[in-house]
Amino acid sequence: MADTILEVRHLMKQFDDLMVLKDINLTVHEGEVIVIVGPSGCGKSTFLRCINALEDIQGGEIRLNGELVSKESKNLAVIRQKIGMVFQSYELFPHLNVLDNITLAPVKVQKRPKEEVREEALALLSRVGLSDKAESFPRQLSGGQKQRVAIVRALCMKPEILLFDEVTAALDPEMVREVLDVILRLADQGKTMLIVTHEMQFARAVADRVIFLEDGVIKEEGKPEQFFDAPQTERAKEFLKTFTFERKHKE
Amino acid sequence: MNWEFIVKYLPLYQKAAVLTLKIGIAGIILSFLIGLFCVAVQNYRIPILRQIVVVYIEISRNTPLLIQLFFIYYGLPKIGIRTDPEACGIAGLAFLGGSYMAEAFRSGIEAIDLIQFESAYSLGLTRRQTLMYVVLPQAVSISMPALVANVIFLLKETSVFSAVSLMDLMFTAKDLIGLYYQTTECLFLLVVFYLLILLPVSLAGRLLERRLRYAGFGT
Amino acid sequence: MPDLGLEVLFKGKNFARLLEGLGVALRISLISVVISIVAGIGVGMLMTWKNPISRAITRCYLEIVRIMPQMVLLFIVFFGTTRVFGWNLSGEISAVIVFSFWGTAEMGDLVRGALISIPQHQYESAYALGLTGIQTYQYVVLPQTVRRLIPLSINLITRMIKTTSLILMIGVVEVLKVAQQIIEANRMSSPNAAFGLYLTVFLLYFLACWPFSLLARYLEKRWR
Repeated sequence: MADTILEVRHLMKQFDDLMVLKDINLTVHEGEVIVIVGPSGCGKSTFLRCINALEDIQGGEIRLNGELVSKESKNLAVIRQKIGMVFQSYELFPHLNVLDNITLAPVKVQKRPKEEVREEALALLSRVGLSDKAESFPRQLSGGQKQRVAIVRALCMKPEILLFDEVTAALDPEMVREVLDVILRLADQGKTMLIVTHEMQFARAVADRVIFLEDGVIKEEGKPEQFFDAPQTERAKEFLKTFTFERKHKE
Repeated sequence: MNWEFIVKYLPLYQKAAVLTLKIGIAGIILSFLIGLFCVAVQNYRIPILRQIVVVYIEISRNTPLLIQLFFIYYGLPKIGIRTDPEACGIAGLAFLGGSYMAEAFRSGIEAIDLIQFESAYSLGLTRRQTLMYVVLPQAVSISMPALVANVIFLLKETSVFSAVSLMDLMFTAKDLIGLYYQTTECLFLLVVFYLLILLPVSLAGRLLERRLRYAGFGT
Repeated sequence: MPDLGLEVLFKGKNFARLLEGLGVALRISLISVVISIVAGIGVGMLMTWKNPISRAITRCYLEIVRIMPQMVLLFIVFFGTTRVFGWNLSGEISAVIVFSFWGTAEMGDLVRGALISIPQHQYESAYALGLTGIQTYQYVVLPQTVRRLIPLSINLITRMIKTTSLILMIGVVEVLKVAQQIIEANRMSSPNAAFGLYLTVFLLYFLACWPFSLLARYLEKRWR
């Protein structure tokens, strides 16, 4: 078995009176791709945000390579460098061009030489088919292009784990593919990833393991073939049914 | 129009314009600093200072500069705080402008989505780095129209300085009207000199706004 | 306790006279605000017209008001008209003319901003529902613009009140002038009256403006 990268134990998260996550346990191994699915409002996104310490948690602990991830950590910025995150709304920095968006953190945070980072960024950009956009500003890009830049921005920090929070939810259908292809290729390269998505076909193709989250609890967990073809729980069956359509009275 | 008169008193207006500009610029720079200080205090939630800033902003924004100047120049000496007219003008302008600048900065920072902070944090940027490289550049761009408007507003406000016997443009105009009754010429010079001061500022401000307009056009 | 010159306030009718002076300033602002709001709505709509001539004129107008200090305008109207046209405008009338001229431009710009802030698809979806042009304005556009405009117009009131302090400079007897007169009259008996009286005037202006500011902020929050 590969090394454990991320360990979540008894995670609890509460917003005022609302318990969003109740006792979540999860171990992520190196090179593993885990897809989290579930109905909206089940806490998937909150879960990802907790892992990056964007939310304070009310119970349990999260460890990255044995190091505690928490809003109170002294070296939180150092830990976060090892966790890449891509948001639904891209969140590129509008005042910086594509290249500066990508190189800002490696240069300012990791203090790597500017030339080296620049070359790496250009190489990564060409791999996602955006070499010609290096000098463009975010407002000049399409949603799919922005999201690919956001992925490159996260990758350039050489993170040990990548978090994807519904990265295609804001995209036009014809742009979803170009972004998902990039993620599939990352999976092939052996990157460790945690992906929240509503694209079930994609989930099935990319996942090593699928986690079904509902009401803040992991209801089911398994290999993608097993989960999608023969779900064990009633709740998972119902959830998967929402993705198929049929007319009741069709001749 | 009596051109002879205009040529004769041009140097007087020049001197007055220089004084207006000197005090205006000094006051604007100070109000900039006061504004930055106020947003910093509010952003970092420093106790006590925060309440003082709130009270200061309310008082400064809800009283006219002329009254502020009268109080500083004629009122304060009675309890032992004496200022010369120039210092009084600068202090008054800074007292007034500080709150306007603070509000401009604040609205710029508030216009930035929380998730922009988060995406910077998720890249490992510290709070300070996030402020420096991500928040402030965007905030300045968003506040730029308000900041430019404030600079113009403050330069215009300098026109009340004559009330504390500063020999600025208004003072000169009023004085000459009283002395020679060449009203048209005096007012003409007054308008020309204010145009010379404010038109370039207004145009430069508009150029600056256009160049910095990257925020607010989609991330 | 140093002598703050506050006792002069309560001598005779001094305080009542101060309030009377403030009343003059408030009356001038009120008249100017009403004129500005009414005229400003018209000018604001004119500003959104595509007609190049109306555009150029309103732009020029706005630019003049933006750049010229109100004080300069006040001088031009008060001293200039006497000289050029032989009119003898009183200080109060001059003040109302200048502040309305200024306020109308400001209000016009606010109206313009509110009108163009309504996105095009709001109009389109109203038309798509079969509403006529007038109905679209009445039920869709105006309710949204008015909500934006009311807090901003209230802010204009505070700015107007603050600006009226300038009328001292063209000889209108308002609160600051009254204060000067009282200080002058009591120069011997209370030499420190300047402190107490100017502080009082300061506070009076604050009390006149602050409630409007609070109201504007409250409405802005509530209607966001």
